[in-house]
This record gives sequence, C-alpha cells and structure tokens, in this order.
Amino acid sequence: MRNPYRTQRIAFFFLLLATLLIVVPVGLIVVIIVQKGLPAINWQFLSDIPRHGMRAGGIFPAIVGTIYLVTGAIIFALPIGLLAAIYLSEYSKDNFLTRLIKLAIVNLAGVPSVVFGLFGLALFVVFFKFGASILSGSLTLGIMILPVIITTSREALESVPYSFREVSLSLGASKWQTIRHIVLPNAIPGILTGTILGLGRAAGETAPILFTVAAFYLPRLPASVFDQAMALPYHLYVISTQVPNVDEKIRYGTALVLLMLVLMMNLIAIVIRYKFRKMKKW
Amino acid sequence: MVKFDIRDLDVWFGPVHALKKVSMAVEANEIVSVIGPSNSGKTTFLRTLNRLSDLTLNFKMAGTIRLEQENINDIDIGLLRKKIGMVFALPLPLPLSIFDNVAYGIRMHGMKNKKALEKTVEGSLQEAYLWDEVKDRLGESAFKLSGGQQQRLCIARTLAVEPEVILFDEPCSGLDPISTAKVEDAMVKLKEKYTIVLVTNNVKQAARVGDRTAFFLNGELIELDETDRIFTAPKDKRTDGYIRGKFG
Repeated sequence: MRNPYRTQRIAFFFLLLATLLIVVPVGLIVVIIVQKGLPAINWQFLSDIPRHGMRAGGIFPAIVGTIYLVTGAIIFALPIGLLAAIYLSEYSKDNFLTRLIKLAIVNLAGVPSVVFGLFGLALFVVFFKFGASILSGSLTLGIMILPVIITTSREALESVPYSFREVSLSLGASKWQTIRHIVLPNAIPGILTGTILGLGRAAGETAPILFTVAAFYLPRLPASVFDQAMALPYHLYVISTQVPNVDEKIRYGTALVLLMLVLMMNLIAIVIRYKFRKMKKW
Repeated sequence: MVKFDIRDLDVWFGPVHALKKVSMAVEANEIVSVIGPSNSGKTTFLRTLNRLSDLTLNFKMAGTIRLEQENINDIDIGLLRKKIGMVFALPLPLPLSIFDNVAYGIRMHGMKNKKALEKTVEGSLQEAYLWDEVKDRLGESAFKLSGGQQQRLCIARTLAVEPEVILFDEPCSGLDPISTAKVEDAMVKLKEKYTIVLVTNNVKQAARVGDRTAFFLNGELIELDETDRIFTAPKDKRTDGYIRGKFG
C-alpha cells in the first residue's frame, strides 16, 4: 500500500536537495572569492591607483568609475522607467499597441548585454559625439536596466489594490492625486526591488561599457562626465586575461571589492525598502 | 426639493444591458433604499450617480441624471464626486492613519490649514459615531480598527468633504448585527443633513431605515414607493415575491 507520508518525505527531500543545489554554488563562489581575495584587501589596495602595469598598487579609480557609472545609470533609468511604468499601468488603454510595447519591454530585458554595448557605441559615442565617456557608459547601462525597472515597477503599481484607487476617486481626488498619494507610496517597496536588480546588473556588466566608457588603464580619477573611466568588471577582465603575471590575490581581491560594492548598494536599497514596508498598512 | 432627477437611464457594459429605462427622483433629506436580487443593477445604478461607472471598461449610458437641475456630465468630475460621497460594501480604509484617512478628501481639495483639518476630522468622526472610540489613537493605522469601526471611519471620511448626497453600497454586508445597528443609527441621523441612497441586500434593513424603497429586477426599476407601502401592499407581484423571499 502507498504511504502518503513516505511519499511526502521523499518529495520534501528532493525539494530540499534542489534548494541546496542553488545555495551551494553561491556559497562556494563567495567563500572562494573571500578566501583568495581577502589577503589583498588593505587600505592601499582600496585607495591607491594601479601601479607597475596593474600588477601592484590599488584599484581606486576602478571603484570610483563603477560607482559613477552605476549612479549615472540609475539617475537616468529610474525616473524614465518609473514614468513609463506609471503610464503603462495607470493611463494606457489595453489595446494592441500597449500590448506590443509591453512585449517589447519584456524582450528588451532578454537582449544580450553586448548588443546594448554596440547600440551605445553607435548612438551615444558616435552619433551624439559623447565619445567614450562616463555619460555614454551610464546611458548605455541605463538603457540596459530600463526593462527590469519598468517591468518590476509596473508589477508593483498594479499590485496596489484597485479599491484604493476607487475610494480616492470617489472622494473627488483627481487621477494624478490618486497616483501620487495612494498608489505610488504603496508601490515603492516593489519599485526599489526593481532598482536593486538593476543596480546589481549595471555594476557587474562588462560588455556594455567595453566600447562606451571603459579605459584599459587610466591611473587617475575621471575629471568630468565626458571623461573615460576605469570600471571594476572591465578591470577584472583586463588583469585576468590581458596582463600577464598578475598576482592571483589581486584578481580575487578585485572580484571581492566588486562583490562587496554591489552588496553594499543593495543593502542601502533593502534598508529603504524595509522602512517603507513597515509603513505599509494593509 | 428634488435632489436627483433621473430620466430614462440606460447603462451598458459592452453587450450587457445593465440598466433599462430607469426613471426616478430622489428628494432632499430622504433615505431611498434600493433592493433587489444580485445582478439586478442596484450597484451599477449607484455607481452611475457619481460617475464611478465611467471607470469600467466599455461603459455607455443614455438618458439624463440631474443633480439639482444640473446634468452630472456637465459638472466637473472632482466637484461632482465631492458633492456625492460614497461608502462601499466592504470597509475600505486607505493605507493611512485614522486621521489621514478622514483628512484625505479635504486635503485633496486643497485644505492645508492644520487647525481646520483637525476640526473637520473631529466633527466628521463625531457625526459617524466613532470619535469616542478613536480620539486617543488618531495616529494609528486605520487597519487596526475592527470591521465595524472601519466602516464608520469610511463614513466619516465621506462626510469630511461635506457632500450633499451619500451613496451607501451595501454598507453592512460584512458587519455583525451590533455594528450594523450602529451604522444604521448613523444613517438615520445623517438624513437630517444629507440625502441618502442606500443599496442593500438586506430587505429588513431597507424596511428599518428607508423612507422610500425602490425594487430593481434585471436592470429595471419595478416599483418605487413609500417603504411602508412596499412592505405591506406592493403593487407588483414580483416585488411581493422578492420581499417574501420567494426568489433572489
């Protein structure tokens, strides 16, 4: 006779196994990077420029470059993405064009990042004549993370109960007042989730910045948004493949710094999200 | 004085003919109860009066609705909805504090003065018989209140914008008998200042609070008369059947 409890135990075992299979590689990656990279981390590594053909010294310009690029991408993508999401979820009529736009946005999220890189090269670097610059790189990264921000923001807006909107309108509030005072405040946690996902992607991608901003070796800080900059992922690629005889611990140290940077930015967003979630009152 | 004058009102949602040639007048300072089985168009009727039906996809109407002689389609929609308040079937507090819930409407209409806001909030909560229960916890989330309190909060929120008419859409469907009694008491008191249209699934409630009662069936207004008459000697036998619980 079949024993449902035994079946359940077996099923639980496989579910647990699948979960562990996801956790283990993530844990291993972190452990290996920390183990091999931690010895490289010291004040000089974080605050000095690269020296001796990037075999010694620090990675400060790359850290600063990545922070600039990610900040620039968010400044560009968050407002536009949010406004587009508001339009799509609150104002647009459900017709063929709207559905086409939504489909295009979802598909845009799946476009390989190197394609965005080429697009950025053609549009920002060449056509708008921004050259290889922080501006071009930020815009390219921004466009790359736009679909993520739009999709998650739209979901966040649509998850605010429709009845709240009706109540607000029934009291004589205008549509925009309803969005501004009722819908948006309650969608912020979800919007921040999208921003976090976007942040992580923008910080880690190499291909989009390859043609648009990244400098192979620039032992100083960028002077303006029209300046080139070093960036952590590209720097990691360079010292791992293009420069011979780079100490392993410098490579892993760079990876560790990139990991920490993304983690720290996420942490800030998570804290803000937590604050807003606590305000959520239904 | 006639508050609402509704003539030959037809409403469609796409192919669905939800209201058919409804004509009736609502006098100022009376409670008109609207009864009828589900899908009879009661709620649609109510939501068309404050143009909330406009939000529904493929909504189309014919005929005229006048609020004090003025066609509701000619009144600014924000002003119209300020004049015609609505209390929904389920208690629907906004995700704000008790105070902010009541203050929401007047704030949206431009009131900034803190003193005046406080005065209006207190007055509205008192009118809705809620003030004594919440006066020490105005800053708390409205979701911490019980269902009955939440519904009275929604009434207070509606009163705060100083409407002329209040539409109640089955306001007691989710409430226990004691909360229901409190809401009904509030309604009877409110009719001194406001005109009330009450949609209810509860025939006894219509008998208790309504001055006049309208019976809707399949989108048609079958009968509208003094509540006493509707419940003792209805003209139409369908009305009689519904009240006696034979269908619906």
